Amino acid sequence: MLVLDWILIVVAGWLALGFAGIAALRNTAFVARVLFPAGAVLAAALAGLAAAALAGTPETAVLALGLPDLPFHLRLDGLSAFFLLVIGATSVGISVFAAGYFRHGEGTPPGLMCLEYHLFLASMAMVVLADDAYAFMVMWETMALSSFFLVTANHRVPAIREAGFLYLLIAHIGAIGILLCFGVLQANTGDYTFANMRAQSLSPLWASAAFLLATLGFGAKAGILPLHVWLPEAHPAAPSPVSALMSAVMLKTAIYGLLRVSFDLLGAQQWWWGVLLLAVGLATALYGVVFSAVQTDMKRLLAYSSIENIGLLFVGIGLGVLFNAYGMKALSALALTAALYHVLAHAFFKSLLFLATGSVLHSTGERSLGKLGGLMRRMPWVAWLSLVGVLASSGLPPFSGFVSEWLLLQSFLFTTGLPDSFLNMMVPVLAAGIALVAALAGYTMVKFFGVIFLGQPREPKLADAHPASPLERAGLVWLGAGCVLLGLFPVAAIGLIDPVTQLLVGGGIAETVRANGWLLLSPSSPERASYSPLVFLLVVSVAVLLAVVLVRKFYHGRLRRAPAWDCGYPAQTARMQDSAEGFGQPIRQIFEPFFRMRRELPSPFDAKPHYRVTIEDHFWHWLYLPVARLTAGIARGVGRLQQGRIAIYLLYSFVTLMVLLLVVKS
Amino acid sequence: MNTLLAQSINLFAVVLLVLAFAMIAQRRILTLIHLFTLQGAALAAATLIVGYLTGQHHLYFSGVLTFVLKVVLIPILLHRVIDRLNVRWDVETLFNIPTTMLIGIVLVIFAFNLAAPIAGLSASVARGTLGIALACVLLSFLMMIVRAKAVPQVIGFLSMENGLFFAATAATSGMPMIVELGIAFDVLVGILILGVFMFQIREQFDSLDIRHLEKLKED
Repeated sequence: MLVLDWILIVVAGWLALGFAGIAALRNTAFVARVLFPAGAVLAAALAGLAAAALAGTPETAVLALGLPDLPFHLRLDGLSAFFLLVIGATSVGISVFAAGYFRHGEGTPPGLMCLEYHLFLASMAMVVLADDAYAFMVMWETMALSSFFLVTANHRVPAIREAGFLYLLIAHIGAIGILLCFGVLQANTGDYTFANMRAQSLSPLWASAAFLLATLGFGAKAGILPLHVWLPEAHPAAPSPVSALMSAVMLKTAIYGLLRVSFDLLGAQQWWWGVLLLAVGLATALYGVVFSAVQTDMKRLLAYSSIENIGLLFVGIGLGVLFNAYGMKALSALALTAALYHVLAHAFFKSLLFLATGSVLHSTGERSLGKLGGLMRRMPWVAWLSLVGVLASSGLPPFSGFVSEWLLLQSFLFTTGLPDSFLNMMVPVLAAGIALVAALAGYTMVKFFGVIFLGQPREPKLADAHPASPLERAGLVWLGAGCVLLGLFPVAAIGLIDPVTQLLVGGGIAETVRANGWLLLSPSSPERASYSPLVFLLVVSVAVLLAVVLVRKFYHGRLRRAPAWDCGYPAQTARMQDSAEGFGQPIRQIFEPFFRMRRELPSPFDAKPHYRVTIEDHFWHWLYLPVARLTAGIARGVGRLQQGRIAIYLLYSFVTLMVLLLVVKS
Repeated sequence: MNTLLAQSINLFAVVLLVLAFAMIAQRRILTLIHLFTLQGAALAAATLIVGYLTGQHHLYFSGVLTFVLKVVLIPILLHRVIDRLNVRWDVETLFNIPTTMLIGIVLVIFAFNLAAPIAGLSASVARGTLGIALACVLLSFLMMIVRAKAVPQVIGFLSMENGLFFAATAATSGMPMIVELGIAFDVLVGILILGVFMFQIREQFDSLDIRHLEKLKED
């Protein structure tokens, strides 16, 4: 039996679990304690199978599903296996967490939730396996629809319905782009299998058209500028395991699609595609991180941070395209390795953080950062595991985020070798932008972690916060372990990515990396740059340990207890701590042109002063509202035809019929 | 014998046309249903004769289907609907019958004018009746426009389908079997759905006057 068959069995198993959920529609205990853990076991099996299939030869299958004479073609190669690995490995943790998360009486019945959730997983797995445009689009739309229903699980809240609608709208704009892209790729042969698209060689003009359509289509799903607006609305609206799944995995299917089209289906690449991806990616990353820094809702903050990470991925892919267009296979492989490593790293740390916000939300009922604080003592597991996620997300060693960002910056350092003098001057400037993004991401994560977990509780009710349930903890531990292992053993992880870059650009960095042994990561040569996470961890641990010992021994020896100087304040309350708004204030000042900000300052004589600040996205006012106004205007014009009287409507048809008959006759 | 039968097709066609005019002028709902039943019978007979003359045996089947559906089943359904809605003896006040009839005559002339070149292309025995079939369609459409109550509109819709069916038989010796079956099924489902709608309209507005539906329009 082929690996692909086993993977299909896993997917069928997910579907079966979903329908079992329908059978036990309102039995929360059964759905949560049996079906979701079983889904996690299947996810683990999928991850194992995908890892086994990574280096294998491509396998194909034809499923007798779909329309007559139009079966689903499936293909398992290195690229799809890598993304299956991401889907499987991440959803193990998310499913285990979800088993402890879903409870009684929240919107959609648990059984239905189970069906939507597993359908979502299955469709994502099938998207990366699809080998013809028809199967791809069917699965892509299944994915969009099932996630739409997951987002609107709490559909009684109007804001959530609006968020779901916005998501569905932009998902469909993207789907149109993808559909048209496939239409261009098949080059008028009428054969929509990917094998045929690979065989076609398009003229540069049409190839560029296909590439732009793919960027638009997959970009809408990934959340690049200016199609990012659905992300900060939909992610906070969804239940936390769903936000985790969407951010960690679903956005990655868009990255998969972009890689599949631009590297696999389109043959030769043009250098300006890479520049376009670089520019869009950097703009998205900067925009995302700046907005992320000023958010006061913890899930919105993470959603904007996802936009930032998608931007970084686009930058990595853009660099890969740029090098590949000039035939520099090894460097292209390096940039792609950085991007794919970030895919893996982001999948782990972002789902970890989203799930952690889910635990906080369940335990406190608060999403606003301004009302949280001091949860480290109440929820130690969640807090420490979030710390791992936060460090990985900030790109600090020795965690996973550092490896990918370091590799990305390394590949930037090679752009001086590009044959175009303009490019090799401009591209390093972009590297500075990446460094800025990484620094701001660190700032944001300090805010996220510090305001939620450190300090004193800002509200009295936080004293009742209960720790996360064992299943929730287990899910978080799995994801946290992923962040740590990916950070500590990058050489092994690059071994997983190597087959993918071999497939995409015909080169890889695994051999160079392995030559230095498993301890030292060095993408080109150790003289140029190298990084050893284990040694780093050892040195840091020893230094910290020494510091602790020394402080305890010498400093605490002369401890003196006295009333603290209270800065002249008679009483200090927890509300006087630095708030999320206060922490974000410098960013709001410096990056003011990015926002559309409205501030209401209280008058000095106000007995009960209120300070309000709302931050909106310029793109709403520049792009979306004008389009919406135009659509509404056209609809009003058409609405004049609408009299509400059936006789008049019939008369319209009648007159049309008569006119057409006259035209036909003459 | 065969010439006589061929003539009889023309006769049934004329019966269809006369019945269509009668429907436009008829104010009683009960009589309207009787007229519709008669129209169905004429249609079934015409289909059977065309089938006999051309030796196309699937037309027998569709003739029988027409008979079962349009002479037996749908009239029974309609009778039950008007009983349940208690409109059996309703009389509709119509807007200026002579004017409507005059418009109808213009439509018939237009239909004949339109059908002449098409009929020349057709090889069917009943090709001369294409104009009549088209006229039936247009007249039924006219009836749907001028009627204000729900039940006559539904009958107009069904009678339009009769005209289309006759046109198909006249011009091309009938549609493929599968299409006919599909249409027959659609008509049956359509009448069921429209029946439900009529009850809903009645419940909502205490009347079957569809002018009340204007209130549903949002401003």
